[in-house]
Amino acid sequence: MVVVDARGSYCPGPLMEMIKTLKQVEVGEIIEVLSSDESSAKDIPEWVKKAGHELVEVKKEDDYWRIVIKKLK
Amino acid sequence: MKSIVIVGGGVAGTITANYLAMRLREEIREKRVSVTIVSDREKQLYEPGLLYLAFNRVEENDILKDIRYLLDPQLELKIARATRIDTEKSRVELDTGEALDYDYLVIATGSRVVPEEMPGLVEGGHWFYNLDGAKRLRDELAAFRKGKVVISVMGIPHKCPVAPIEVTFMLDEFFKIHGVRKEVELLYTYPINRIFTMETVSELVQQMFEERNIGYKTFFNPVEIDPEKKVIVTLEGEEEPYDLLISIPPHRGSQVIIDSGLGDKEGWVPTDRFTLKAEGYENVYVVGDATNLPVSKAGSVAHFEAEVVAENIAAEIKGLPPTARYFGKAMCFIETGFGEATYIWFDYETPPRLVKPNKFIHWMKLAYNRMFWLTARGML
Repeated sequence: MVVVDARGSYCPGPLMEMIKTLKQVEVGEIIEVLSSDESSAKDIPEWVKKAGHELVEVKKEDDYWRIVIKKLK
Repeated sequence: MKSIVIVGGGVAGTITANYLAMRLREEIREKRVSVTIVSDREKQLYEPGLLYLAFNRVEENDILKDIRYLLDPQLELKIARATRIDTEKSRVELDTGEALDYDYLVIATGSRVVPEEMPGLVEGGHWFYNLDGAKRLRDELAAFRKGKVVISVMGIPHKCPVAPIEVTFMLDEFFKIHGVRKEVELLYTYPINRIFTMETVSELVQQMFEERNIGYKTFFNPVEIDPEKKVIVTLEGEEEPYDLLISIPPHRGSQVIIDSGLGDKEGWVPTDRFTLKAEGYENVYVVGDATNLPVSKAGSVAHFEAEVVAENIAAEIKGLPPTARYFGKAMCFIETGFGEATYIWFDYETPPRLVKPNKFIHWMKLAYNRMFWLTARGML
C-alpha cells in the first residue's frame, strides 16, 4: 500500500498528488490518501469513478479524511 | 561584512535585490553588507508577455531587458549558473568554478516547463510558456485556418494559473478577427473536476466559455500524446483528437534545487507560508515560483513575497525584529479577449471575486505590460 499524506494541502493538491502517485504504481496497488481538505472526500471518489478505479473506503478520522483506492487498470 | 546572496535573475530575484539595496543603502555603501545576485542569463524575460507574443501583439525585444539595467548600481551581479547550494557550508557553487559564501541566502530559482516529461508532446504539441515555444506557436497560429484546437493543462501547479483561460479567450477572438472562427473548434481541458482551481472563477469562466461556443472537458489528465495520429491519451482512458495542441506542459523546480536536495519530488522548496524561510533553515528564504506554497506561481506573488523577505533580512541585519509576514496575497489580470479584461485579488483567507470584464482593466493590463520594468527595478 502507498500512502499519500496530503494533509495541510488544499484543493486541488490532494487530488493531484493522488493522480501523480497512481500514474507511478502498478495495477492492483492500493493507495491511501490522507487529506485535511473536506472537498477531497467528494472530488477524489468522483475522479476514481470516472477513471474506472475502485473506491475502497472514505473515512472521516479526527481532523482529516482517509480515502483508499485501488488501481484497476 | 555580512553577505546576502540571491540565486535567480527573474522577477523574484531582481525585486528582492532592489528592495534590499533600498533598505540597506548605508550598510552597503559602508561595506558592512554586500548583496550579490546570481543569474544564468543576461536578460530578464517578462513572461506574461509571451501570451501576447504568441498572437504577434508584442515582439521579443519588448519583453526582454538587460538585467544590469534593472538592478540598483550598488548590487553585484554574477552571470553564472548556480550548480549547487551547500546549506551546511552556507555556500553557493557556480558553473564558473567560483563559490559564494553567504550569511543570508534568497532562493529565487523559479520554475520551468518540462514538455519532455510528457511522452510525444515535444513532437506533437505546442506551448507558449517559454520564448522558443511562444515563437513557434505564433508562426503556427498565423497559418492556422481550420480544425480543432485543444488547449490542455497537463499538470498543476503551473506558472500563471489564469493564462490557459486567457489564451482560450484570445484564440476565440483571434480566429474571429481572421474570419475563420466558424471553421475552428476550441476545446479546453483541465485536470480536476472544474475548469479552474478556484470555484468563483470557474463558475464565471465556464459561463463565458458556453456563451462563446468554447468546449471544455474536466478530469482530463493527459499521459501521452500520439503525434502521428494527433491524439491525446488520458489517464481516465479517453483519446482526444486534435489538429493543433496548445499545452500547458508539466512544470518543475530548478535543477539546482533538485541537485542540492532542497526540493520535494518536483523540485519545489518546502517553505514556511508566513515567514518564507526554507523549512529547517534560519538564514535561507524562498521567493517566487521556487516555493512549494499553495499560492499562484505568478509575478505578483513574487513581488509581494519579495517585500516581506527584503524587509525581514534588512531588519535582522540592522538588529531589528523581523516581523513582516506574507499572507498569500496575489493579483492576476485576466484577459477575456483583445478588448476586455478582468482581474482577481486573493490571499490565504480571502477567495477571489471577479468583476465584470471591461475595457478599462484591459487598458490597465496593456499599460502594466510596459510599466513592469519599474516593478522589476523595485519602483512600482
